[in-house]
Amino acid sequence: MKADPNRVLTGSHYLDGNHACAEGAIAAGCTFFGGYPITPSTEIAERVSRRFPKVGGVFIQMEDELASMAAILGASSGGAKTMSCTSGPGFSLMMENFGLGIMLETPCVLVNVQRGGPSTGLPTLPGQADMMQARWGSHGDYEVIALAPDSPQESFELTIHAFNLSEKYRMPVLIMTDECVGHMTEKVVIPPADQIELVERKYTKKKPGEAWPYDPDDDGISPLLPVGKGYKFHITGLTHDERGYPVITAKAHEWNVKRLMDKVNDHVDDIIWLEEQDVDGAEVVVMAYGISSRVMQPAISRARKEGIKVGQIKMVTVWPFPEKRVRELAAKVKSLVMVEMNLGQVFLEMDRCAAGKCRTHLVGHFGGTVHKPDEIYDAIKEAVK
Amino acid sequence: MSVSANQMTEEHPMEKLLRMDRIPHIWCPTCGLGTTVTALATAIDDLKLNYDNIAVVSGIGCTGRVAGYMKLDSFHTTHGRAIPFAVGLHIARPEMKTIVFSGDGDLVSIGGNHFIHTARRNVDMTVICVNNFIYAMTGGQVAPTTPLTARSSTSPYGNYEHPFNLPRLAASSGATYVARWTALHVRRLTQAIAEAISKKGFSFVEVIAPCSTLYARLNKLGSGLDLMKFYHDNAVIKHGADVNEVDIDFQSKIIVGKFVDIEKPTYLECLNEGNERVLGDKYKPWGGCNGDN
Ligand code: SF4
Repeated sequence: MKADPNRVLTGSHYLDGNHACAEGAIAAGCTFFGGYPITPSTEIAERVSRRFPKVGGVFIQMEDELASMAAILGASSGGAKTMSCTSGPGFSLMMENFGLGIMLETPCVLVNVQRGGPSTGLPTLPGQADMMQARWGSHGDYEVIALAPDSPQESFELTIHAFNLSEKYRMPVLIMTDECVGHMTEKVVIPPADQIELVERKYTKKKPGEAWPYDPDDDGISPLLPVGKGYKFHITGLTHDERGYPVITAKAHEWNVKRLMDKVNDHVDDIIWLEEQDVDGAEVVVMAYGISSRVMQPAISRARKEGIKVGQIKMVTVWPFPEKRVRELAAKVKSLVMVEMNLGQVFLEMDRCAAGKCRTHLVGHFGGTVHKPDEIYDAIKEAVK
Repeated sequence: MSVSANQMTEEHPMEKLLRMDRIPHIWCPTCGLGTTVTALATAIDDLKLNYDNIAVVSGIGCTGRVAGYMKLDSFHTTHGRAIPFAVGLHIARPEMKTIVFSGDGDLVSIGGNHFIHTARRNVDMTVICVNNFIYAMTGGQVAPTTPLTARSSTSPYGNYEHPFNLPRLAASSGATYVARWTALHVRRLTQAIAEAISKKGFSFVEVIAPCSTLYARLNKLGSGLDLMKFYHDNAVIKHGADVNEVDIDFQSKIIVGKFVDIEKPTYLECLNEGNERVLGDKYKPWGGCNGDN
């Protein structure tokens, strides 16, 4: 399915990451946005509130983030493509119903424009320290999909991609951007609508009375049941069976949770998106995501000029973690380096997957500002020793 | 009677609206919830609504289980979030009747903020709140509705917090329809639910219902049946009563009736009118996403 031309601002624009993200959502066909103001994400909500009335859609400023997240699940259940955006403290509140979205398997997109934490932290300055919260923030076992744009252009593109993944895998998808990308203004090229491919929601082909809400196809993903069409289905945040009925047993729980995990784990090759450069034959591979993957560039170039064999991987998706790829690389390289604006979160995954086969280095940062190229350069020098 | 015993056991009169494959339900004998669910089912039946066009949303708790027993599109959400979930659902599908059915702890304690804001916006939905004065599912803890001096497992020496007066809370927050009945007033409760569902805007029905297992036991009030007798002797019907005067004290008179029934534009009407006024032809009116949205 192609995007609706009435919703796509085709052309070259000068936009910040937050505005570009809003345009991505509109182009993707988002028609419901429940939000709550919080710095540094608010511009997404503001842009949506201006644009929706002209393209079709409801922006509602909910009473808090608990409600925002609940509302986008409700609207998505009603058939809308839905989104919300937030930052640190709001993300914490949203974790409750993010878990409900995982359990109900409700497509929707949640954007976290990361700032410095913990608590109120640094409202106006960047961080990447919510990455583990993105992975584990709601209680229980589950898998997530999280994307990390590095620019306004990618904020536009990855928002569309996030909607597509959420529809394809019937689950909430996270966009883990940050204040720097959110407020950075750059050229954004929005293509014609017929060049924007959208994934249509998969509804059941079965008739009312024959269909259940959790009856997976061969790909492990259950087609949704539409509301208001006589299916009279039930869905619950409780552990449930294929009928959506609560079943409070260990056996049902295994069936339920395993499916939530499998639908991501069985499709990691489709979901994981890495941009690799000069990785073959590299002695050191530097990994980063979001803004840090741009910040690492000057340090890598400098090291390369000095003859150091440095490869780089920009993780467009951070979750699911590219476990297989890291294991392969660990057997080949001297060192893996992770650059991230926190004190070692995704690094822990890299280190786990390296499993002692190579050295691992963290170039962490407290946040509030991006890394200095020298810190990354020094880490590369250390890593190649 | 010409009905044989055999025929009588064959079909429950509300079978068309209940998930019979989930019966028996989890509720205790003489709990007021069954009666309240029957009132909802009867109201829906009386209104001759298309069952396909009704959604029920519940939160967590004994009452939160209601969504799971209604043979309608039904959603069992998180604790306190039934209303905001329903807000999204309603906006996506405004042609459907959205009914939130949950308990007092769920709707006005953890969900209190959503309750007042959704009433303020006058979102077109019906909220049925079963008030049994206690957190039942978790074992009888004090609720924001527990009357002063009443005992609960976390107010073992009697509750000393002022409880909410729910009709006043709903009315002052902007509800267009506010009524209170008890589980004893089945006919009037059914009628009130039917009126609330038909009402445009945020309609609210409080149902005072016995929690036989916890509230009654912890307060030595006898069985659920004894509480029904208490309602019989102490409920005072006062339509149009000033909501400031319908507080409930421990084992006091309970004022019931229809307190508020007013007209006011709904959230979606305001949204469409407000945007049309400013944007004119440029505005794309919102009609939900059942069609081509
Ligand atoms: S604990 Fe109380 S409210 Fe819950 S089912 Fe039993 S009687 Fe009803």
